[in-house]
Amino acid sequence: MPPHPALVPALLRIGDDRLVLGHRTSEWCGHAPILEEDVALVNIALDLIGQANLVLQHAGALEGTGRDQDALAFFREAVEFRNALLCELPKGDFGVTIVRHFFHSLFSVLQWEALSRSADTTLAGIAAKALKESRYHARHSGGWVIRLGDGTDESHRRAQEAVDALWSYTGELFMQPANEADLVSAGLTPDVSTLEPAWRAQVDDVLRRATLRVPEVVWMQRGGRDGRHTEHLGHMLAEMQIVARSHPGAQW
Amino acid sequence: MTTTSTASEDSSRLAQFEARIAADESIEPKDWMPERYRKQLIRMMAQHAHSEVVGMLPEGNWITRAPTLRRKMVLLAKVQDEAGHGLYIYCGTETLGVDRHDLVQELLDGKAKYSSIFNYPTLTWADIGAIGWLVDGAAIVNQTMLAKASFGPYARAMVRICKEENFHKRQGYEIMATLARGTGAQRAMAQDALNRWWWPSLMMFGPHDKDSTNSDELMRWGIKRKSNDELRQRFVNMTIVQAQAIDLTVPDADLKYNEMTGDWETGPIDWDEFWRVVKGNGPCNKERLDARRKADADGAWVRAAASAYVEKHA
Repeated sequence: MPPHPALVPALLRIGDDRLVLGHRTSEWCGHAPILEEDVALVNIALDLIGQANLVLQHAGALEGTGRDQDALAFFREAVEFRNALLCELPKGDFGVTIVRHFFHSLFSVLQWEALSRSADTTLAGIAAKALKESRYHARHSGGWVIRLGDGTDESHRRAQEAVDALWSYTGELFMQPANEADLVSAGLTPDVSTLEPAWRAQVDDVLRRATLRVPEVVWMQRGGRDGRHTEHLGHMLAEMQIVARSHPGAQW
Repeated sequence: MTTTSTASEDSSRLAQFEARIAADESIEPKDWMPERYRKQLIRMMAQHAHSEVVGMLPEGNWITRAPTLRRKMVLLAKVQDEAGHGLYIYCGTETLGVDRHDLVQELLDGKAKYSSIFNYPTLTWADIGAIGWLVDGAAIVNQTMLAKASFGPYARAMVRICKEENFHKRQGYEIMATLARGTGAQRAMAQDALNRWWWPSLMMFGPHDKDSTNSDELMRWGIKRKSNDELRQRFVNMTIVQAQAIDLTVPDADLKYNEMTGDWETGPIDWDEFWRVVKGNGPCNKERLDARRKADADGAWVRAAASAYVEKHA
């Protein structure tokens, strides 16, 4: 099947999630609780930025207006970003960082698994590579969720607070745009809403082993997929884009 | 055992040890070694490990602002290498009978040193180029020598680390070369970074040989194979040519080429500045230590959780 331009918005959601979450993760560099975690978090940030680089490059090529991955990363406004709100929230303490990675990487594993069967062979190739990385991220964060939840009273409290604070941002991961039925039926992208039961089963299992409670929140925050972000993204992008935008047209 | 017999036993062991050094044998952790040798190695290796860890801070300062995704990925990979080097050298130091956590505590208490170069701020993107090119470049000159050090674990660590440092230096020089042929503003940024990092990188080799307190002992025992001044000269000769190739100017009005020796001779190094920064009054000494202390304090509950979990499930 030839590349499909209607894929571009879907690719921006996938790429922007990784770019923004990768950025937040990279903020830990040199500040982690232990040197091993500096290595792990920088490695995860590198994987995520690498995934974003490939996905945005593909999006730019399909879009066909001459924007490459750097134009998409550094020269779009916050309202043009399509990441889930979960990814842009401030990094918080180590508990927030780990619980967010846990929620997002379990989603990522399911999403990459499905995308590795995409009819778009470029995307399928990217997904197959990214899947291995995301499996490691899920193992790393899941292990920490269990240690923090079942560690000390303080770590249990912090981990539970992180789960409670982030839970209402998880629903957006599984919101499937109504206008993309064609992409799903053409085998280009999965319907992300179908990934939720498997995600939820794994989350429940790990939280139970971590002696943590699944929150009973009914309202799920949304907006990132439509460019309606939290107040945090603008500040994050101001930092990320400052050098590139100060020297338009420059090569680096 | 009396003190006298211990002393004579030690002097015969010392003679054997020094014969092994003279024969270029590698000293391994379980081998007998003079206490001073052990102490000097612990000091040097711990300083090296601390430098890798503190060195993550000035470069980490630009990860979130790297101007392209490729540059961001390369910088992340570089900083990840440095954290890995830190771990690797701490583990190597532990073979000498010390605990990594005690070494880290000495750093946090301000009792241990790390490379003074990381007490300078990274002010523009070009500083990331200058650090890779000059700081990693100087580190390679030093570490290539240390790869032949008499203590096996340190020498082997240096062989591995040098391979990665070469990639770090190349990416730094490539950043500088790209900026130097870029826009006027980029060129100015590159020259400014060279102006600020040149002299501190020469100071990385330590005081002149005549003023270096540790050098004699380190060289006698084969921990160091070349003197500070020899290594500095090697770095200068290499780097001047590289600066010329990308049309940047080293900030030294007295720099001249000596036809007889083939050496580039620099003007005087400001040793007052060197000692000021070593003694804690560089632009970022306090910030760097504060950042490490904050990371340690903020992470205490995480480390406690990991230990508690292991105990519960032992």
